[in-house]
Amino acid sequence: MTEAEINSLKESGKGKDTYNQPDFYNIDDLLSDEHKMVRDSVRSYVKRELSPIIEECAQQNYFPSHIVKQLGEVGCFGPQIPAEYGGGGLDYISYGLAMQELERCDSGIRSTASVQGSLVMYPIHKFGSEEQKRKFLPKLGSGEMLGCFGLTEPDHGSNPNGMTTHFTEDGDSIILNGAKMWISNAPEADVAIVWAKNPDGIVQGVIVERGMEGFTTPTTHGKWSLRASITGELVFDNVRIPKSNILPKVTGLKGPLTCLNSARYGISWGALGAAMDCYESARKYASERHQFGRPIGGFQLQQKKLAEMLTEITKAQLVCWRLGNLMNNGKATPAQISMAKRNNVEIAMNIAREARQMHGGMGITGEYPIMRHMMNLESVVTYEGTHDIHLLILGMEITGENAFT
Amino acid sequence: MKILVCISVVPDTTTKITFTDNDTQFNKTGVQFIINPYDELSLTRALEITEANGGSVTVITVGEADTEPVIRKALAMGAGDAIRIDAQPKDGMYVAAQIAEQAKIGGYDFILTGRESIDYNGGQVQGLIAEMLNWPLINVVMKLDAEGNTIKATRDIDGGRESLSVDLPVVISAQKDLCEPRIPNMRGIMMARSKPLNVVVASDKNDYTSIASYELPPAKSGVKMIDAENAEELIDILHNTEKLF
Repeated sequence: MTEAEINSLKESGKGKDTYNQPDFYNIDDLLSDEHKMVRDSVRSYVKRELSPIIEECAQQNYFPSHIVKQLGEVGCFGPQIPAEYGGGGLDYISYGLAMQELERCDSGIRSTASVQGSLVMYPIHKFGSEEQKRKFLPKLGSGEMLGCFGLTEPDHGSNPNGMTTHFTEDGDSIILNGAKMWISNAPEADVAIVWAKNPDGIVQGVIVERGMEGFTTPTTHGKWSLRASITGELVFDNVRIPKSNILPKVTGLKGPLTCLNSARYGISWGALGAAMDCYESARKYASERHQFGRPIGGFQLQQKKLAEMLTEITKAQLVCWRLGNLMNNGKATPAQISMAKRNNVEIAMNIAREARQMHGGMGITGEYPIMRHMMNLESVVTYEGTHDIHLLILGMEITGENAFT
Repeated sequence: MKILVCISVVPDTTTKITFTDNDTQFNKTGVQFIINPYDELSLTRALEITEANGGSVTVITVGEADTEPVIRKALAMGAGDAIRIDAQPKDGMYVAAQIAEQAKIGGYDFILTGRESIDYNGGQVQGLIAEMLNWPLINVVMKLDAEGNTIKATRDIDGGRESLSVDLPVVISAQKDLCEPRIPNMRGIMMARSKPLNVVVASDKNDYTSIASYELPPAKSGVKMIDAENAEELIDILHNTEKLF
């Protein structure tokens, strides 16, 4: 899309997005003034810059790369990372609210921000050297650089430990070989956090930079989901990388899994955002659409749908808030995060589907956000631990028995 | 350049307005308060000007403690510090007198306001402050630049525009189109925590008016649709029922 097209969409869409989140249990009372300011800021940004263009971007399968800088300016990249390293210096509830507002708009936009904040900035901050932090974090935080995260491989998705991407050592360098797949942001990324096995077969994190010889990022085409974000592969063909680009403070799968915990936490808030957007759209539609001489919201079957949606949204809001507090106190367990991610994505999918039906034929068009959310959520339920894998994480937590292998 | 931006704390534009105490008090219960949108423009432009030319931006409001979350937003947008004059804002004269006094104490040389607050729509404060300080006022400005100590402002006039130039000190009020209001970013929100928000005791000033009562506009009567084929019915209603001609 050209700049002129984007500006024209922004002009014609000005003021049309009147979204406000449902808050049946006055959960806002549990938030601080600062939390609400964070939410208002991201919401204002979304309404001004993203809502007017998002549908067209998704329809055209276009990643609006100009928003990377904007997301950095607003502070959507790593709001929970300390300010001295380019983050926002805020807490995990602020991070969650920011992700919720972005995904209320589109899961693809939230994915771009989640990857940058939780899967690129977070591992550099947590496992990186001081030099790596100083070199990369401020530019990632500001949106001057875009990052991606490579764990999944063509033959290793739910079983990351089977990965074949590996490196050998050569003096002060390592030589990286292998391939990663389904990587959000990859084709436009300046840096990639890549998880690969060292010569001893132990997983380590490596910062791979755009321009390193043998490193390519082919685009994944033909997606019916996350069409406003960009996905690709990472291919490493004898890529020579300085050893100083290895993340020094972690070895083993604990590294990537810790990052995924942070990202999954954000997804649990984000998916709820998509659910609330579908609900709000359905609620308004039910009052505007007349059949048999009155608004369809007056019919019991529509009311049942809305009542059930609001119930699930309210439960999910409480889960998010509580989990946010556990995160702030460093007490959230991976299984607790799995439960929230799994539940909130599931309710979002169900709500999207019910909302789609309430919109009748209009629900399948780009006039309403429903179908876009529905298709996006098919990715969200699959990435960062599939729906089933989260069940197994919970199952193991409950019984102490590992059912993965 | 030492800029003072006057902030009015007003109900969100989507607020459903109700009254209490026999229609003499605005009912604040459940109301979301925001920075007056015109003041948000003046603050944004003040920040842009000082970022380009140096100087400082202080925000000031006359209000009670419940206005502080809104003042924090002004700090999160980028103002360096804030003054809250601890009083319920009464009429324009009262508010202007309080602000003019603080403006003298603080040695500001540039005061920005909105063209009016969107709640009471008085539009008086900027003129009264200018008079009390004996400064010039350029009112309802939609373009504003600073070069050294000279301020250049453009305003709409009937059938065209006028561009004015004035040396500091000056009072200027903002109109829409002045700029795009700045959205506070995460870092600004975090930094706002530690910025000074100084609460000062209100001076003993007169308020010359008091609210006798409020009333809501009459409810809209709805729309009566008349078939396009039926122009005669429309003319009949306009002539005989509404007596418009």
